[in-house]
Amino acid sequence: MSSPARPFREKAQVLDEAALDRALTRIAHEILERNGGATELAFVGLRTRGVTLAHRLAAKIAKIDGATLPVGTLDITLYRDDLAMRGTPVIRGTDIPFSIKGKTVVLVDDVLFTGRTIRAALDAIIDLGRPTAIQLATLIDRGHRELPIRPDYVGKNLPTSRRESVSVRLREHDGEDRVVIEEPEEV
Amino acid sequence: MGWTRKDLLAMRDLDASEILLLVDTAASLQEIATREIKKVPALRGKTVVNLFYEASTRTRTSFEIAGKWLSADVVNFAASGSSTAKGESFVDTAKNIAAMSPDVVVVRHSSSGAAALLARELPCSIVNAGDGTHEHPTQALLDLLTIREKKGHVEGLHVAIVGDIAHSRVARSNIHGMRKLGMTVTVAGPPTLIPPFVQELGVKVSHRLDDAIRDVDVIMMLRLQHERMAAGLIPSLREYSRYWGLSLDRLARHARPDVLIMHPGPVNRGVELSPEVADGPYSVILDQVAKGVAVRMGVLLLLAGSKGGNGA
Repeated sequence: MSSPARPFREKAQVLDEAALDRALTRIAHEILERNGGATELAFVGLRTRGVTLAHRLAAKIAKIDGATLPVGTLDITLYRDDLAMRGTPVIRGTDIPFSIKGKTVVLVDDVLFTGRTIRAALDAIIDLGRPTAIQLATLIDRGHRELPIRPDYVGKNLPTSRRESVSVRLREHDGEDRVVIEEPEEV
Repeated sequence: MGWTRKDLLAMRDLDASEILLLVDTAASLQEIATREIKKVPALRGKTVVNLFYEASTRTRTSFEIAGKWLSADVVNFAASGSSTAKGESFVDTAKNIAAMSPDVVVVRHSSSGAAALLARELPCSIVNAGDGTHEHPTQALLDLLTIREKKGHVEGLHVAIVGDIAHSRVARSNIHGMRKLGMTVTVAGPPTLIPPFVQELGVKVSHRLDDAIRDVDVIMMLRLQHERMAAGLIPSLREYSRYWGLSLDRLARHARPDVLIMHPGPVNRGVELSPEVADGPYSVILDQVAKGVAVRMGVLLLLAGSKGGNGA
């Protein structure tokens, strides 16, 4: 969901900086509530912006609960079902420096769309060990699922059309915190 | 920058960005070796054939492991025990194997240009795993990855490659790769084993080991093949070892304390390397072997798993 050079223009702003932060704060509280605290929890973020969001959620939980939760990075390129259709695979590596065995893993991504990325992520995580449970947190759920996958924690449900694109911009990568809907320029 | 080549034949063909793409991909894949379940589904349904006409331990095994960790089906072909023994020609054998629709054929052959010949004749991707005295690109890639991980960078480093430069495909591939990445290369060895006009590849030449290893960041020792002695290129192994063998004493007197010692294997202990050096703290020989698997995973992935390669 990054934004390489492409003929898209901004159609509407969905979340501003404050709303994005409030959504993450709420998700952090929901994670603690659902799991009865922070014991045996771990975050795994999907490259690239999911990792940043996972770190922010971990920081919020540290503030609320005092617990320091581990945060791992998952690169699902090797698990994609469309690997050979996407040009050169760019492998940036998985880095999960803790055992996920017996943990409840909260998978974090920026935008949930078809569900295929999450399918790949589930396979990738299970290849690394047997977690007690996997939960899914996403900042934006834009619908159009192609697989039976649903998120446990959602920042914002956002009905979109397929030709639109959702761009999550984060300070660490894009210099600003906001979410916008984009549409093709030629329309 | 994407990968657009059907084959990987020679470091000489690649530009710096392609070399870095291969090295970066391999670096990211190393993590798979540390997993409990060492397998990812990236090349599920792809077939890799190892077509080896020359003896090999490291290269063939590491291509096989690399393919299997990526979930490809890997088939090993050895020239002995095959129709080659009945007189079938190299190209005929390869065409028969190609008729079984492999995605990648990894070939090692004693003739320079064998891999390029197959690349022209066969529709699948060809990886050169060593052709005669020409090139051995995956060895150069794993050497570059090893150097970069140990030193943190490669540009500006100075490497001495020592031994039989004239007959070494490892030296040739490394010279091309290292020069393209901005490294300085000195080749050293007895004059009979240094090819004429080697300076045209952009390297310095030294005929004294003590001079060659002074102030370099990396010393790459090459295997001395015994048949060179039969050919009259060196007087005796003992004399070669005395002038060109790397001992602990020599290292201590002339090399930098942070130098890396590399060797593509198999090591002639006591000839080009003393056992204390081969097993010593400077040696990264086993790191090279471990990185070999990651490099070959990267090569197979880019050739068989990308749209630009054969995999679409």
